[in-house]
Amino acid sequence: MSAPSTELTTLSLADASALLAGRGASSRELVAAALDRIAATDGRIGAFLRTTPERARAAAEAADARAAKGARRSPLDGVPIALKDIFLTKGVETTCASRILEGFVPPYDATVVERLEQAGAVVVGKLNMDEFAMGSSNENSAFKPCHNPYDLARTPGGSSGGSAAAVAARQVYGTLGTDTGGSIRLPAAFCGAVGVKPTYGRVSRYGVIAFASSLDQVGPLGRTVRDAALLLQAIAGHDPRDLTSSTRPVDDYLAGLEGGARGLRIGVPREWLAGGLAPGVERAVREALARYERLGATLVDVSLPHSRYGIAAYYLIAPAEASSNLARYDGVRFGLRAGEARGLKEMYSETRERGFGAEPKRRIMLGTYALSAGYYDAYYLRAQKVRTLVRRDFDEAFRACDVVAGPVAPTVAFRLGEKTADPLQMYLADVFTITANLAALPGLSVPCGLERESGMPVGLQLVGRPFDEATLLRAARALEREAGPLPAPEV
Amino acid sequence: MALTLDEVRRIAALARLRLSPEEEQTFAGQLSAILDHVAQLSELDVSGVEPMTHALAEGVPLRADEVRPGLLPDEALANAPAREDTFFVVPRIIE
Repeated sequence: MSAPSTELTTLSLADASALLAGRGASSRELVAAALDRIAATDGRIGAFLRTTPERARAAAEAADARAAKGARRSPLDGVPIALKDIFLTKGVETTCASRILEGFVPPYDATVVERLEQAGAVVVGKLNMDEFAMGSSNENSAFKPCHNPYDLARTPGGSSGGSAAAVAARQVYGTLGTDTGGSIRLPAAFCGAVGVKPTYGRVSRYGVIAFASSLDQVGPLGRTVRDAALLLQAIAGHDPRDLTSSTRPVDDYLAGLEGGARGLRIGVPREWLAGGLAPGVERAVREALARYERLGATLVDVSLPHSRYGIAAYYLIAPAEASSNLARYDGVRFGLRAGEARGLKEMYSETRERGFGAEPKRRIMLGTYALSAGYYDAYYLRAQKVRTLVRRDFDEAFRACDVVAGPVAPTVAFRLGEKTADPLQMYLADVFTITANLAALPGLSVPCGLERESGMPVGLQLVGRPFDEATLLRAARALEREAGPLPAPEV
Repeated sequence: MALTLDEVRRIAALARLRLSPEEEQTFAGQLSAILDHVAQLSELDVSGVEPMTHALAEGVPLRADEVRPGLLPDEALANAPAREDTFFVVPRIIE
């Protein structure tokens, strides 16, 4: 006898996997429960741009056949997951939430999609996001807004808003997102999920639609630290098809996961708690730090003096790289084409006028300006030098500590519409996350309670040494075990 | 630092982006505000600091130069807005 589908969706990924392993449920049942849950809730949440039920059911049948023979491929085998719509999926429309890619059907899969499906994971759909991953609230999606499952009037964060909301709303057991300046960690914090931005180069980006290539990284979102670790284990590792993929061996993220925080040296950057935080966020972060002390960790005062320049450096580097990456959307080879009757140049500019929303246009303009003749040295080159200074700050801090801890964002999830009129205010939501991207370091967001005033989740950010995701996950798990799970949202 | 409308139009032309008069106005204001914010980088002394030109410390290994399967022409052209045989079709460039 099997559990009712409403109960199945409340399980963690790890527990759902154990149920599959013990034949207590089939993958078909898990997939049906996920699709039912999406059908029942997504009209209010808006996490999915499309579901792929036929493919999911076929994949679930294959997973069940393997399980019946005792030949499950991995802990993910048969588990329903979903993907941010930035990952190319062969034969399944992929839009990056942009009109310019509406109807685009990729001829190949991203490496991470291949790896997840090779591990047996069942993809049930593609998730909402800010257009081209540009945004902090998911409000830049060209198709529809996404709502925070903890309060539908608030943003789920961005740009991987759908990835965080789907996990929080118990629609799927785990998701993939991308993080260029905080786009995994911010929505994870806003939605009470665990999100990991791995070290630059740890996860392949082949088949991932490019935004800012020196910053973009792929990572998992899950309801628990273990779930995120299971997903990361499946996608991490060298890919010869990605020039920037590291050849370093991948650590075992599960082996030391329950190792606790005793003896861990946690660096607390004094600049990150020096005011500017919402009182409820500061309280939750300080309580988390106090918990670590009770668990036997040592708090160490560290300084990241250049982190205050992070936003400024980022908003030169990321738009500059975006203006180059987005040059390919010109109406020639794929996607939208407009204005061709008036000639080639008009076709380019009209295609791009109609295809891009306001935020990609703004960033293309900013990046084109920063790279244009006479401005390169003053803007892009200077920002790249500041990036070196940001990285040196962390290198110095890691002489005294094993991980750095602080807030993910200055506030909890803000209200939809609150920051759309002022792009700079929106950009400032990433003030604490952006430095890990600039420094190419791994970062993680783990829930550390609810803000008392609003009842909204607060995330603690941990940043680690290059390729030391294992320590970040172990530290996050220690806090999660001590603090207990957040209450599920009522949706 | 205030961007003029002429500068906005020049950048838009470089970026092959057609903007409406309203967008030109909006972007002039918004981009100026963002440039004001990034101007704080000029406070820093970066003389002698190497730019971080690559995010991966170990450098970039080159792959072997060998023939491997790629997309078939029909797959590569499947999303083309206009095609003829195995070509992408674009508006006439030379009269």
